[in-house]
Amino acid sequence: MACFLVPAGEAIVTTVVQKVVENQEKKAGGGKTNQAAAKWSQRLGWLNKMLWGGVILLALEHVWHGEVVPWPPFLTAMQNPADVAPMLHEIATIGVGMAVLVTVVWVVMVIIAEAKSRVVPQVKVKPVEGGA
Amino acid sequence: MWLLMTALAAVITTAIWYVNAPDDKYKVGLLSLFFWGATLMWLADHVMAYLAEGGEFFEINMDATMLGMSVIILALIVWVLTLVISDPKGVLKTVLKT
Repeated sequence: MACFLVPAGEAIVTTVVQKVVENQEKKAGGGKTNQAAAKWSQRLGWLNKMLWGGVILLALEHVWHGEVVPWPPFLTAMQNPADVAPMLHEIATIGVGMAVLVTVVWVVMVIIAEAKSRVVPQVKVKPVEGGA
Repeated sequence: MWLLMTALAAVITTAIWYVNAPDDKYKVGLLSLFFWGATLMWLADHVMAYLAEGGEFFEINMDATMLGMSVIILALIVWVLTLVISDPKGVLKTVLKT
């Protein structure tokens, strides 16, 4: 009905957070964003892209099923008072579930990325062959 | 059906992104994350609806297939618009100068 509104709200918040972090990283890097300093804005970018992508595509699905319309009150469930409670229940269960699942997957992605970035590549040193 | 189609699109775009990584000039990574985000959200939706109401997990019919195709086309449109606006090859600059 309107479950995608929860990830949409999260996407707005995380986009603002990403912009703030990006500005802080630029200040820390003396106006330039170096790769090491920019890692958190990059990681937040992954979450934002997943959230916005999901929200845009789910919005299409809701329009397709006639749950969202381009005129006020935009949500068809709002036109009938009997549908408002089930809509709010769906937002609280499925909507929150969607946002939590995407965020959990993002946390796993960040943990893997952090673990990978800590691994120092081992350079094999070949002894120099020389002499007769 | 749209869940399956979006998941397939997510896997294909991730593979394309990985082949070209770390170079991501054409923002395939963005498209891949778009598809993954939608896949995860629909997965949560399908699982919770299945647990609550039962019935078929995947809706397989012509309407669901058309929705799946529309979803993929919308994601591609958003990706192409992002690509043209950011213009990583500088094509627009060159074309507009001449």
